[in-house]
Amino acid sequence: MSVAENQAAAGRGSARAVAILSSLGRFLVIAVTTYLGLLAVTFFIGRVIPIDPVLAVLGDRAPTAVVERTRREMGLDLPWIEQFYIYVKNAIHGDFGTSVLTTNPVMTDIRRAFPATIELATLGTLIGAVIGVPLGVLAAVRRGSLIDQIVRIIGLIGYSVPIFWLGLLGLVLFYAKLQWVAFPARLDVVYEYTFTPITGFYLLDAAMQGQWDVFYDAYRHIILPASLLGYFSLAYISRMTRSFMLNEMAQEYIVAARAKGLSEALIIWGHALRNAAVPMVTVIALSYASLLEGSVLTETVFSWPGIGLYITNSLQNADMNAVLGGTIVIGSVFIGINLLSDLLYRLLDPRTKVG
Amino acid sequence: MSAEVVQSRREWLLSERPASRMQARLGRAYVAWRRFSANRLAFIGLLIILALVVVAAFAGVLAPYSPTVGDLKNARLLAPGAAHWFGTDDLGRDIYSRIVYGSRWTLYVVILVAVIAAPIGLLVGTVAGYAGGWTDAILMRITDIFLAFPKLVLALAFVAALGPGIENAVLAIAITSWPPYARIARAETLTVRNSDYIKAVQLMGASPFRIVLRHIMPLCISSLIIRVTLDMAGIILTAAGLGFLGLGAQPPLPEWGAMIASGRRFILDQWWVAAAPGAAILIVSLGFNLLGDGLRDALDPRSGDQ
Repeated sequence: MSVAENQAAAGRGSARAVAILSSLGRFLVIAVTTYLGLLAVTFFIGRVIPIDPVLAVLGDRAPTAVVERTRREMGLDLPWIEQFYIYVKNAIHGDFGTSVLTTNPVMTDIRRAFPATIELATLGTLIGAVIGVPLGVLAAVRRGSLIDQIVRIIGLIGYSVPIFWLGLLGLVLFYAKLQWVAFPARLDVVYEYTFTPITGFYLLDAAMQGQWDVFYDAYRHIILPASLLGYFSLAYISRMTRSFMLNEMAQEYIVAARAKGLSEALIIWGHALRNAAVPMVTVIALSYASLLEGSVLTETVFSWPGIGLYITNSLQNADMNAVLGGTIVIGSVFIGINLLSDLLYRLLDPRTKVG
Repeated sequence: MSAEVVQSRREWLLSERPASRMQARLGRAYVAWRRFSANRLAFIGLLIILALVVVAAFAGVLAPYSPTVGDLKNARLLAPGAAHWFGTDDLGRDIYSRIVYGSRWTLYVVILVAVIAAPIGLLVGTVAGYAGGWTDAILMRITDIFLAFPKLVLALAFVAALGPGIENAVLAIAITSWPPYARIARAETLTVRNSDYIKAVQLMGASPFRIVLRHIMPLCISSLIIRVTLDMAGIILTAAGLGFLGLGAQPPLPEWGAMIASGRRFILDQWWVAAAPGAAILIVSLGFNLLGDGLRDALDPRSGDQ
């Protein structure tokens, strides 16, 4: 290799490094400002909207001395920028204050409720992806056929139906009438006290301990809410898959593959779907994030003891620390998944590489 | 009307050389309408929305009973029948009448959210797009931050702080739904900001304020309307969700989400109390989705087959 070529290669290398660093820097700026934005909004909701946060905590009958002391303890006599600094520092350490309802630190409650939400949303996304992707592919391949129409209708209803209402109807049909599933809870009362969870994901815990009766019971409880969330995820995933596949099937490499004489199945599943895989990862990640959010209503309907139910229970008792703590946690995970899927998209798709 | 008259009118509308601005405008509207009404599903959507408006306007005539006062003594939790089409609820109120009156609250929420959120988005987007530079960077960063938030959870937290009530629910939904409008308005602004007619207005000495307000905003309206229509279903569902959690409309308002919440207690025995209002929500949001899809296809032929 000549000196000139070497230099050119080094130049390309360093340009590439600069490009990667600058896109990493951009990513960090976006991540930090988005999280600060989330905290700023919850700070605003908790401290600015209530006319007097002290009264919101103590009630209006507290003596003046107590009010003054609490004001100082809450740091409300400080300038608001300093208050926000303390707020951010506490939030980063996972300190969201104490729940009035349970008298625990909010973070303790959330840590207990979090696995339930994750278990539900994960199973929901799995159902949605496993059924939604093939449906979307079929709809794109047989465009205008019966299956395309069905996918379209599934999508339209999924975008239009109130999730909590569908959940209630599901309970009437599958629990009360057909008795295919168990009542709204995570486990039967019998197992509630004898079963010791390890990770908090009951299906996994039961399988790890070989307690198959518990596993079956947990399955009977989770399957209806998970299928419900799965339906919403399916509606979104199948529609997006269809659109990505239509896009890929119109490309020239498909014509080339046909000209080579590849089988239609190999063209669809081996070539087109593989090229659509990168945006699909993003779509599935986004759908997972939206299921975390959708869990608020679903968990309320199915008495599922996750973060969603925790937030709604706290709402009913005006327990603002708990509400805002739950909001920050769900918001953080939501934002995190959004950012990660964006990053993943850049890493996986060679076309989006800079330079 | 004879066939020839129809034919000549058609030709006038579709003329390649319109003689007046009016003719050009009518011609464009005609083409859009033809494309829209050829889409049967979109037409059904339009009919559903029109029906919603009619029902809301004539609720007093269409509802046989009072929406708030029931017959506690004789008509508690009756099954659907001839006297009460959709049955009665736990306070002996006719569910059909409550759904008819509830259409007013649905329209109220949808219109108010659109009226609050769309102008905010329009303003932020056009100012960011026209000003460029730091203004653009900061405004769009704020927009993206709001775009990254989970909408329902944030709306929940807002209503929790503001206190339950339908006005606060509207405010919370509006606060969380303006960012997509800002993005659209900015994109539209970027496509026109360097065009000749904007340069011409600038040369004539128009202030940036006037340019944005009179010459850029009107061009963003049509794509904004499509997006708002597509969002209507989501707004209705969020409002119903807030109502269901007891944070939206308060009793005895006949809001559909709150009606499902009150029917939840009897869901296993008297399922119709919750079933009917949910079906109403489903139909109306389906209508908005169909209409929005159709409008998008009619006004934006590029996305026609996706």
